[in-house]
Amino acid sequence: MARSRPGPLDYTRRWWLRFWLLATFVFLYAPIVILVVFSFNDSRRNIVWQGFTTDYYVRALNNLSLLEAFGNSLTIALLSTVISTVLGGLLALGLYRFRFPGRSSVEAASALPIVVPEICMGVALLVFFAEIGWRPGLPWPLSLANIVAGHVAFSFPFVAVVVRARLAGFDRAQEEASKDLGASEWQTFRYVTLPFMKPGLIAGALLAMTLSLDDFVITFFTSGPDTLTFPVKVYSMVRFGATPEVNAASTVLIAVTVLLTILAVRLQRPDKGVA
Amino acid sequence: MRPPIVSIDGVTKRFGETAAVDQVSIDIQANEFFALLGPSGCGKTTLLRMLAGFETPNEGRILIDGDDMTRVPPNRRPVNMVFQSYAVFPHMTVEANVAYGLKVEGIGGAELRRRVDEALAMVRLENFRARKPDQLSGGQRQRVALARALIKRPKVLLLDEPLSALDKKLREQMQLELVRLQHEVGITFVMVTHDQEEALSMANRIAVMDHGRVLQIADPRTLYEHPTHRFVAEFIGTVNSLDVEVRSVDGPHARIRHPLLGEITVERAAPDVERGVVVARPEKLRLDFSAPPVDGEILLDAVVEQIAYYGDLSFVFVRCPDGTALQISRYNVNRQDKGDPAAGSLCRVGIHPDDLLLVGTG
Ligand SMILES: Nc1ncnc2c1ncn2[C@@H]1O[C@H](COP(=O)(O)OP(=O)(O)OP(=O)(O)O)[C@@H](O)[C@H]1O
Ligand SMILES: [Mg+2]
Repeated sequence: MARSRPGPLDYTRRWWLRFWLLATFVFLYAPIVILVVFSFNDSRRNIVWQGFTTDYYVRALNNLSLLEAFGNSLTIALLSTVISTVLGGLLALGLYRFRFPGRSSVEAASALPIVVPEICMGVALLVFFAEIGWRPGLPWPLSLANIVAGHVAFSFPFVAVVVRARLAGFDRAQEEASKDLGASEWQTFRYVTLPFMKPGLIAGALLAMTLSLDDFVITFFTSGPDTLTFPVKVYSMVRFGATPEVNAASTVLIAVTVLLTILAVRLQRPDKGVA
Repeated sequence: MRPPIVSIDGVTKRFGETAAVDQVSIDIQANEFFALLGPSGCGKTTLLRMLAGFETPNEGRILIDGDDMTRVPPNRRPVNMVFQSYAVFPHMTVEANVAYGLKVEGIGGAELRRRVDEALAMVRLENFRARKPDQLSGGQRQRVALARALIKRPKVLLLDEPLSALDKKLREQMQLELVRLQHEVGITFVMVTHDQEEALSMANRIAVMDHGRVLQIADPRTLYEHPTHRFVAEFIGTVNSLDVEVRSVDGPHARIRHPLLGEITVERAAPDVERGVVVARPEKLRLDFSAPPVDGEILLDAVVEQIAYYGDLSFVFVRCPDGTALQISRYNVNRQDKGDPAAGSLCRVGIHPDDLLLVGTG
């Protein structure tokens, strides 16, 4: 039987396209797979497979300073995500809703932290906190405040951009309809505008969360000598050679982010038809 | 007579330099189906939005049921609006959309359920209550918008081009449906449209607008048969307009001269019309001479130029020897009819002076 020519959309029937797809996935995921696999490697060093063990997870769990760094990172991520989402959402709403002189300049200025190199932000924040006389050595959650502030500064513009894009498709007549039906300004926001913004807010929050969790440069510059976050701690551990303990800790972090992403996608699902 | 339910009193709305609505005064009676008719950009939507409270007039007052509403915000006005885009809430079910206006008022429980059922039944959407708007057709979405507004029992329902997004068949169906609803609920409807047939067939009274001004307010028959302005005559239906010289005016009549018609007496559209054009509707002119001629009819020789066949009727375009073009419509009443005259053939056109009207050009 003669094989029919594949149509333009039958990409799975072209072997080279399949190969390309496979190569892309290998390129994207091989390092992560290796990281996860070697977290179970029964060897001090990371080079040769010696046998399966979960020892290094136990070791990581017993490493108090690693745990503290992990806790710090999650706390910072949580706080900065909440603040960034609120600020970014409000900024997007304000830019969408109001016409005022200098509006486009405000919009451009608010997106600046996205393009400013991180290293410059880091140095700027370092100088800023030194200038205002920020004192390290405050009790625990307060000791993270300057890092949280730094993270908010670079992640809320991302939230604003995402929510703004979402709002571009909003039919303003819906707000008018709501008021026409007797709703107050607040009720209109709560029941009509906010539900429309929700997918954008969730996507933005997710972005802010991952940006904060793995930020190294800015945190490195803003954190005091005794506040460690996870990426900074991992960096200091790797300097003495990558042990499977680092792999184990990283695997846990990957699991946490994947779970959060799945959760966020789930939350978004009932609104799928809205877009 | 009862006081009007809506009283628009010398209202002007300017956007920058231009007046979108210019010195408009309209009184609308309770239970009327009132239409605002005019070409695109004439200020219909702006006027409607001032009734709803989304725009504030620069001058004038708006009274609803006797209360000054000029500066009252939309959520405290006893009127509701059906938006051109419907503006149905996409994240809510049909039922939640309809219930919205009562919920924000704090009405719940049995009363809410009863009134939602009632509103859904009114627009025949009982079987769609759990659907989301993106699972509805355009016509169904429009019914949701209607039910959502009517459930509030407004004193006046405002509709901004409610049918313009529907296809022709559905539009005709919804025209009947809207008129039925208006009878059923006994609420005053104010509808914006640029479709003259829609306005004529649905409304009790129509205000014709142009460039922010109201030119004429009248019932459909008066608008069609007794337009006061050339613009109204030409905007509503089709019309033959002839430039004439006015010799003298006398009460409701005018003595006019036209090279084709000679010097005749015709009706005057309004007492202030002293110059202008004479208009005649295409169906008032006669091409078929199967019926006996009427007393006083003027007969003109003409050449048939073109024919447009619409099935139920045909438009025949003719030209008189002096170059005047006229169009005549004739119904194709009879299946055995030999049909319209051929293009290029000679014919005679009958015009009766009673069917002519002198209108102002202002
Ligand atoms: N918010 C606004 N700002 C500036 N100009 C406006 C605004 N709204 C309306 N206009 C102008 O006012 C005039 C009347 O507009 P309006 O929307 O009332 O027209 P319309 O009769 O409803 O037309 P259409 O049939 O196209 O909907 C137009 O020239 C329009 O450009
Ligand atoms: Mg309009």
